[in-house]
Amino acid sequence: MKWTWFHRLGSPKWFYELSGRWLPWFAVATVLLIATGLVWGLAIAPPDYQQGNSFRIIYIHVPASFLAQSIYISLAIAGVVSLVWKMKIADVALQQSAPIGAWMAFISLLTGAIWGKPTWGAYWVWDARLTAMLILLFLYFGVIALGQAISNRESAAKACAVLSIVGVVNIPIIKYSVDWWNTLHQPATFSVIEKPAMPAEMWIPLLIMVVGFYCFFTTVLLMRMRLEILRREAKTSWVKAEVARLVGKKHE
Amino acid sequence: MSRVFFLLILREARLLARRPAELANPLVFFAIVIALFPLAVGPETQMLRTLSPGLIWVAALLAVLLSLENLFRSDFEDGSLEQWVVSPHPLTVLVLAKVFAHWLFSGLALVLLSPVLAIMLGLPADRVPILLASLLLGTPVLSLLGAVGAALTVGLKRGGILLALLILPLYIPVLILGSGVLQAALQGLPTLGYLLWMASLMMLTITLTPFAIAAGLKISVGE
Repeated sequence: MKWTWFHRLGSPKWFYELSGRWLPWFAVATVLLIATGLVWGLAIAPPDYQQGNSFRIIYIHVPASFLAQSIYISLAIAGVVSLVWKMKIADVALQQSAPIGAWMAFISLLTGAIWGKPTWGAYWVWDARLTAMLILLFLYFGVIALGQAISNRESAAKACAVLSIVGVVNIPIIKYSVDWWNTLHQPATFSVIEKPAMPAEMWIPLLIMVVGFYCFFTTVLLMRMRLEILRREAKTSWVKAEVARLVGKKHE
Repeated sequence: MSRVFFLLILREARLLARRPAELANPLVFFAIVIALFPLAVGPETQMLRTLSPGLIWVAALLAVLLSLENLFRSDFEDGSLEQWVVSPHPLTVLVLAKVFAHWLFSGLALVLLSPVLAIMLGLPADRVPILLASLLLGTPVLSLLGAVGAALTVGLKRGGILLALLILPLYIPVLILGSGVLQAALQGLPTLGYLLWMASLMMLTITLTPFAIAAGLKISVGE
């Protein structure tokens, strides 16, 4: 009982201080990795022998798709943590990472469409992987809409946690059924993943971009979470002191 | 425990018998949506027959969704839900009874109405048993998944569109399998595999969703 009280009161401030120390490192890593990956991928890596230069969009497309999928899983993990241990921070993480995940899914779809036009001759085909990503985007919209519709913060946290857990249980089922649906109606004429084996000068920048995107996600998430903590804990004395310090620093 | 289950179903039956419109409205909606499609895409028999599996399933899915919006509403407003939460019986069993009763009256009616509409769309009469089997296995899944959304949104003033937003993506596997059965039946392919898949989906939702529904109701009541 004593510990729950301690935990609830102590966590946001502790997290705020800790994340303040982490944030610069992640920000620097993001800038370095993404700059290296972009220059390497867009300028130095050799063009594809079939697709020419249009393949270079994978340096954005693949990391965004990775993130879109793993962020939804992290939503469910945050949901379990906030339901089981009633941690405020987990709920803040859930609410704040859902919009980032939705944007990543959108970027993945958009870059895929841009790439699809010169390569497949169509912006959109009802391929299983594309459709699954579109459904993932809809699932993100559901979590965001539910979080905004419920005005009581504690209820919203629990409801979003339950919804994201239900969603994560459903994702494999949706994925398999969509794969099946596609193979039913038409044999796979092309696959997004099966490419000629990539040479190292192509996949190393891709790997750098993927790691860079994860660092970018962490940086943006920490920034959003810190802002949300300040907003939620606005009545506490440490937040007032912190805000006064931040505002004071700006005026000097 | 099983006594509570049956008492609850009896109570729901009595309530629905006093408000028959609630039962009829989703059915009328189902019929109207089906009637809209020939008007929109043209009356060619061959095309309608090809489209019929998808049309029937999309219309059934929307009708179930529409009927679910008020699943817990009146119980929430008159305080019955609070009694459920504080009662000694497990909430999961109570919600399972509630959803089962709802399916027994609105879902089953939908299943019974579907052959008429399917034949109007040109589905051959000998495929009707397969249509009935797929709907019998699929509509409980729709009701149970929808009940999760209904439980989460019952406390909100305007939950209808939100409910659709939350639940429709989760309905996709049922839609794919359900219309897949009929598609296969129309092409003369074996359908047993699909039906077994739908049956396993049904078992999965019957065992897992009551926990999610109960959690959702506790959140909504606690607010």
